[in-house]
Amino acid sequence: MSRVAAETVEQVRSLGDRYKYGFVTDIESEQAPKGLNEDIVRFISAIKDEPEWLLEWRLEAFRHWQTMTEPNWAKLGIPMIDYQDAYYYSAPKQKEGPKSLDEVDPELLATYDKLGIPLREQEMLAGVAVDAVFDSVSVATTFKAKLEEHGVIFCPISEAVQNHPDLVRKYLGSVVPYTDNFFATLNSAVFTDGSFVFVPKGVRCPMELSTYFRINAANTGQFERTLIIAEDSSYVSYLEGCTAPMRDEHQLHAAVVELVALDDAEIKYSTVQNWYPGDENGVGGIFNFVTKRGACIGARSKISWTQVETGSAITWKYPSCMLHGADSVGEFYSIAITNNYQQADTGTKMVHMGPRSRSRVISKGISAGRASNAYRGLVKMLPGATSARNYTQCDSLLIGSKCGAHTFPYIESQNRSARVEHEATTSKIDDDQLFYCRQRGIGEEEAVALIVNGFCREVLQQLPMEFAVEAQKLVGISLEGSVG
Amino acid sequence: MLEIRDLHASVEDQAILNGVSLSVGPGEVHAVMGPNGSGKSTLSYVLSGREGYEVDRGEVLYDGRDLLELEPEERAAAGLFLAFQYPVEIPGVGTMTFLRTALNALRRGRGEDELDAMQFLRVVRQKARALGIGDDMLKRALNVGFSGGEKKRNEMLQLAILEPRLAILDETDSGLDIDALKVVAEGVNALRSPDRAMLIITHYQRLLDHIVPDRVHVLAKGRILRSGGSELARELEAKGYAEILSEAA
Ligand SMILES: Nc1ncnc2c1ncn2[C@@H]1O[C@H](COP(=O)(O)OP(=O)(O)O)[C@@H](O)[C@H]1O
Repeated sequence: MSRVAAETVEQVRSLGDRYKYGFVTDIESEQAPKGLNEDIVRFISAIKDEPEWLLEWRLEAFRHWQTMTEPNWAKLGIPMIDYQDAYYYSAPKQKEGPKSLDEVDPELLATYDKLGIPLREQEMLAGVAVDAVFDSVSVATTFKAKLEEHGVIFCPISEAVQNHPDLVRKYLGSVVPYTDNFFATLNSAVFTDGSFVFVPKGVRCPMELSTYFRINAANTGQFERTLIIAEDSSYVSYLEGCTAPMRDEHQLHAAVVELVALDDAEIKYSTVQNWYPGDENGVGGIFNFVTKRGACIGARSKISWTQVETGSAITWKYPSCMLHGADSVGEFYSIAITNNYQQADTGTKMVHMGPRSRSRVISKGISAGRASNAYRGLVKMLPGATSARNYTQCDSLLIGSKCGAHTFPYIESQNRSARVEHEATTSKIDDDQLFYCRQRGIGEEEAVALIVNGFCREVLQQLPMEFAVEAQKLVGISLEGSVG
Repeated sequence: MLEIRDLHASVEDQAILNGVSLSVGPGEVHAVMGPNGSGKSTLSYVLSGREGYEVDRGEVLYDGRDLLELEPEERAAAGLFLAFQYPVEIPGVGTMTFLRTALNALRRGRGEDELDAMQFLRVVRQKARALGIGDDMLKRALNVGFSGGEKKRNEMLQLAILEPRLAILDETDSGLDIDALKVVAEGVNALRSPDRAMLIITHYQRLLDHIVPDRVHVLAKGRILRSGGSELARELEAKGYAEILSEAA
């Protein structure tokens, strides 16, 4: 095992039970006044010293958003959200943006330490570069110098707006236009931070890139925006992790992620989402409404989404691939676990435009308690998708008798030579398997975690090694209390 | 070490065991034989605590403790092991991962340090080799796609690694060809020791040619109808169960 992996194992060992991220950091923060109007949008843009074009873009998005209504088609019971009763900007008070970790508030570093992301050690351990987003702003990006040597840009998006305005202007909204959907439009108006990655032609990014999102302040929405561009023949692997403190109110998280892969480029995007799910009675928890979309613009380009979704009260996300390029490849590997009163409606869209484009979807849904879990997938073969192929496999596992699983595959084909395959299974945790484990001395909860991890294996294998260990442990933690 | 007294048990309200009494001392190997449907597997499930097997009367003492009030995993931690007649497949869980999880769970239960991956690998390799189990089998998902013989050898590997104090072998010989049977028997014999007891459940006598028991019991109609030394097994092989059954009628 590498040193980093051993370290991760240690961190994971020290996990407490239940939701271990539910602490609040006592730190002064700067907030915009509550509510949402054009002035708030201007405030956010001004505080970030943004160019005029970006303010205009935000305002157009905001005006468009005012004409929209919340979607209600997903299989979710969404309690009304009062958009005027939330803060749209919250930042830990700091004089200037930190230049190095030495300038970061020690309270913040301690917070990330508690989360198992010791930024200082990360900096020394080599292997993973981390951008940490605390409420609305990035607080530290490690490894900047090393990445710069390779020409890789990895920084908060607000910094990219200042330092690489042409790249941002060219690609922002190019995959997810501000008119796209209710939450993406809201995000376009008020996004506060997030990460920006640019990998130049022919460069294989020398390390995993990672962002850690944390919602700390009460009544704050987090609207981060991530933009990743991989030029010709480049490669990057990116991972995001998320946590939030336990609070009785619901909090909104509406992110947008855009990926652009040019000829022969490959982007691997992994998520371990562990936002606070609410308590066992369904009180509190994060509403996670995220728009993630990748454009395989180039020939032979590849975008691969891997997600482990264990947190949030409600999850609504469909990481998608727009397969423009000939022979381009889209992949979606997903584990969604819901327990107690959690609801998840997740899946993917694979839109095939390029000839011989291929996509592969492996979805593992696990429900326990009174939770519900839906897979919603769209595979679309457009006229140009000659000889394109899709393979989709959706497996659902039920624990107990009060939970539910649903699969909604939508298939549209406008090209006769395209092939679409869909397989789905639903099973229950098997008593024979449980007894076998227990007879060998493995307690009931550990046995469930083991069996569920086995069920998810195909997806877990897609995660970078360092995070696979943590994800496995999370699977166990999120199912605690689901048996017996 | 194991003291079964007047055990009555039922499955789905159907009485299966009707007063089984049996006493096994440390270091002893006992065989329980009987025709199909006589309740042999039921006895092994009751002893290991499987849900759905109700004890209606009687008691079971293990080292003087009431075995029946323990959860299955507590019984395992106390040193009870059941080699399953039909080992269960667990897709996606590597055999090695499973073995390590089980061993470390038991070690935790006994207050011992867990083994790390390297230490564990050393233990497994050595014990696997003795049973003719290669690395490729250890890497596969637990019992998934294993042949009948491989499954049984895997049970013996777990027995060797978990080092229980009381091992119950339920029809371990079924589905084994003669070579595999010899390998398994050698494995079991190697584990015989003064502080380990074994209960070997079998329909046929052939396994007992290789593992010579101290005592043989005939279970039929939910009761022990006769007990004797190892010669009883040979007698049964020659005469069948009919005579004992008619005596009891
Ligand atoms: N789950 C069950 N439900 C109903 N009857 C059962 C169940 N398991 C076993 N039995 C019955 O109990 C009796 C004893 O079975 P078993 O213990 O498997 O015997 P053996 O192992 O000696 O062949 C049989 O008549 C069988 O049909």
